[in-house]
Amino acid sequence: MFLKRLTAASALALAAATGAAACEIEARVSIVGNEFPAIQTVGAGAQECTGAEVTTNLTADHQKINLAGMQGNPAEYTSAIIANSSIVALLNEDVIRPLDDLVAEYGAGLNPNQLVTIDGQIMAVAFMANAQHLVYRKDVLDALGIEPPKTYEEMLAAAEAIRAAGIMENPIGGAYAAGWNLAQEFNNMFLGFGGQHFKPGTAEPNVNSEAGAKALEMMKALSEYMNPDFLTHDSNATNAEYRAGNVALMNMWGSRAATLVTAEGVPQEVVDGFAIAGPMTVGGGDIPASTLWWDGWTVAKNISDAEAEATFIAMMNGIKPALMADDEVASQAVWLIEGYQPTPAAVGVFEAAQAGTIPYPMLPYMGLMHTALGNELADFMQGKESAEQALADVEAAYSAAARENGYLQ
Amino acid sequence: MKHRTFFWFFLPTGLAMLLFIAAPIVSVVMQSMFAPHEAVLKTVENCGPFGCQPETTIDQEATRQLRAEQPLGRFVGLDIYIDRGHLAFSEVAAAWRAADGIGDFLSRLGNLPFYRAMAFTLTYTFVVTPLLIVLGLIIALAVNTLHRRLKGLVIFFSLLPMIVTPLVGSLILFWMIDSRGIIGSFIQWAANDPDLSLKASTGLTWIMLIVYGIWHSAPFAFVVFYAGLQTLPQDQLEAARIDGATRWQQVRFVVVPHLMPLVTFVALIQLMDNFRVFEPIVGFNASAHATSLSWIIFNDLGGETRQLSAASATSVMTIIGVAILLSPVLVRTWRDFKGKH
Repeated sequence: MFLKRLTAASALALAAATGAAACEIEARVSIVGNEFPAIQTVGAGAQECTGAEVTTNLTADHQKINLAGMQGNPAEYTSAIIANSSIVALLNEDVIRPLDDLVAEYGAGLNPNQLVTIDGQIMAVAFMANAQHLVYRKDVLDALGIEPPKTYEEMLAAAEAIRAAGIMENPIGGAYAAGWNLAQEFNNMFLGFGGQHFKPGTAEPNVNSEAGAKALEMMKALSEYMNPDFLTHDSNATNAEYRAGNVALMNMWGSRAATLVTAEGVPQEVVDGFAIAGPMTVGGGDIPASTLWWDGWTVAKNISDAEAEATFIAMMNGIKPALMADDEVASQAVWLIEGYQPTPAAVGVFEAAQAGTIPYPMLPYMGLMHTALGNELADFMQGKESAEQALADVEAAYSAAARENGYLQ
Repeated sequence: MKHRTFFWFFLPTGLAMLLFIAAPIVSVVMQSMFAPHEAVLKTVENCGPFGCQPETTIDQEATRQLRAEQPLGRFVGLDIYIDRGHLAFSEVAAAWRAADGIGDFLSRLGNLPFYRAMAFTLTYTFVVTPLLIVLGLIIALAVNTLHRRLKGLVIFFSLLPMIVTPLVGSLILFWMIDSRGIIGSFIQWAANDPDLSLKASTGLTWIMLIVYGIWHSAPFAFVVFYAGLQTLPQDQLEAARIDGATRWQQVRFVVVPHLMPLVTFVALIQLMDNFRVFEPIVGFNASAHATSLSWIIFNDLGGETRQLSAASATSVMTIIGVAILLSPVLVRTWRDFKGKH
C-alpha cells in the first residue's frame, strides 16, 4: 500500500513538474501489464494523455489475460506490457503489430537498443532491463569477515559460516516456490553450468544432462540453508524473509532491489546492512547463473490504425526521457530510456549484463519447457526422487505438451 | 399438466440449459479432440537491448494459411486423453512392466500428473464428505437445543466459514500454519521439534487441506440439517421417549432416518464440490504436495504458452469423474422416485 501511494505521489509530482506534458490522443488506449513500481510509472505516464480515455489493467496475472484480451477483433487491450519471455505467446498467436512506421513517425528520442526487432520488424519497445543477482547483508558478512560471494560455492560456505556462528538458522533465501519460480531458479543454475534447454536448432528437450543434474544438486544444497517452507516461497515471501532479518544471502530480481527495504517496519539493521552485487557463477563457469530480461510494450494488431497511433503516442509519453529527472522514478529500475543515470540499486543488473549473462530464451516452445520444469522438479527438491528421474520426468512432460502444440512430431 | 402447456412452461429453462450447459460441454469435448497445428518454424535474426542473435520463431504466413484451411486445428481424436499429461497408457504399461511389486508400481504411478492428482482428489473427497456431514449434523443438533434467543447469534457464527471466500479463508490459515505463524509455532512446541514445518511435509499438507475442507463446508451441511430438524415429527419423538429411548437412541432411530433424504442431498452436492477441489491448493501454495484435476486445468492455462487442448481433455475427464462419483446416489434417487409411483 505504502509503495503504491509513493508511486502515485511521485507520478503526481512529476505531472505537476512537467506541466501536464502536451500529449494529445484521439482514440482509446487500453493497457495490460505486470504491476511492479516501474510499470506503474509507465502506466501513469500514459494516462496523462488527454483527448481520449486511457485505461490500465496492471496485475500480476497479466499473462493469463493479455492474449485472450488481444485475440478479439477489435482487441480489448491496445497495448500489452511484456517481457522477453511473455512476448513469445503474443508472437506465437500473431496478435501484435510491427511498429516500424509508428517508430519512424513518433519514435524520436528512442535509443536504438530499445527497439526489439524480430526478422527485421520492430515488434516491441523495451524500456527497462532486469536480472536476478545477489542481495546480501553487508553487516552480517562483515562481522564474520567474509567477502560477498562471487560463486554459488562461496555462497554455501558463507551460509555455513553464518549458521555455525549462530547468527541465522536459515541464512539463504530463494524464490523456490513450486511452479514458475522454481523453474526459473533451475534455468539460472542450468545456464550457469553451461546447459542448453534444447538440442540446437530443434524443439527436442536437452535438460536431462550432466549440467541439469549438477544444477539440481546445487539447488538441493542451497535449500538445506533455506526456510523449510521454501517450496511455497515466491519472490514476495522471500523478500519478506529478508525484510524480517531472517535471510542474509539471496538471488533476487533487480526490479525489486530498490524497494526491498523501503517497506514499513523493516528493522534498522536490515536497512543499514542491505547491499547488492552482481549475479554469481557456479561450477567454475564464467557465465553467471542468471538470465537477462527486458520489459517493454507492444501494440495490438486487431485494432484500428487510429487506436494504434494513439496507443503508441500514449506509451511514448509513459517512457519519456523527462521521467528520468525524478530520482524516485530513476531508482525503480534499470531504465533503457535516454537520460537515465544508473542509481546504486542498478549495480546488480549492470554487472549481470557486463558479465555476459544469457538473455532468457525467446523460443516459441520455451514456455512449455518452463511449465514442465515448474511441475516436475518439486519431487526432487523434497528428496522423493533422483535428479535423473526428475529431469527425465521434465523431458517427458515437455515432450507430451510440445507434441500436443505441434512443436514435436 | 397438458403436454402443450408443459412445453411452453419448460421452453425458457430448456433453452437456457442448452445454451449454458450443453453447448459449453460440446465445445470442450470438441476442443479436447483438436490440437494446434504443427508449428512452421523458421530461424530469424532477433535484436533487442542485449544485442542480436539468431532465434527460432513461428512462420506466421505459413501458419495463417494452415489456420485458414482448418480453423479448428488438427484432429487428434483421443490422443490427448492417453498422453503423459492425462491417462498416460504407455507410461502406465511401462511402469507395470518395470515395477517389482504393487507398492513400487503405485509409486511409479504417483509420478504421473493425472494419477498423482487423482490420489489426492479421491482421498480428499472421501475423507472430507463424510466428516463434514457428521460435523454438520452435530452442529445442527447442538444449535437446535439452544435457547431461542441465543440461536440467531450462534447460527451466524457457525456460518462464517462458508461466508468467507475460500481463497481468503485458505490464505488466513496459510499464514497461521507458517512455521513462524501461531499454529505452526504451537505445533513445533507441542512436538518439541523446531524444524517441523507443516508446509514442507506432504502428509501434513494433506491433513491441513482436509481439515480446511471440512471447516469450510460443514456450515452448508449444518444449514440444511438445521432446516430439516424444524420438521421433526414430534409425536414420533414423544412416542420414542415414552418407550424409554435415550437421547442417542432418539437421534439414531428417529432424527437421522427423518433427515436421510437431506443427507443424500448434501452428499451429492459435496461429492461434486470436493472432487473439484481447487482454491485451497492455490491458497495454501500446496501444489508441490497435492494437486487436483481442477488445479491441472488451471496450470495448463496459466503458463506462458496456454495448453487449451490439454485443459479441455482434463475438463472432460472431470465431468466424467463427477458423473461416476454421483452415479450410485443418482441411481438410488431414481429408484426411490420410481418406488413412489
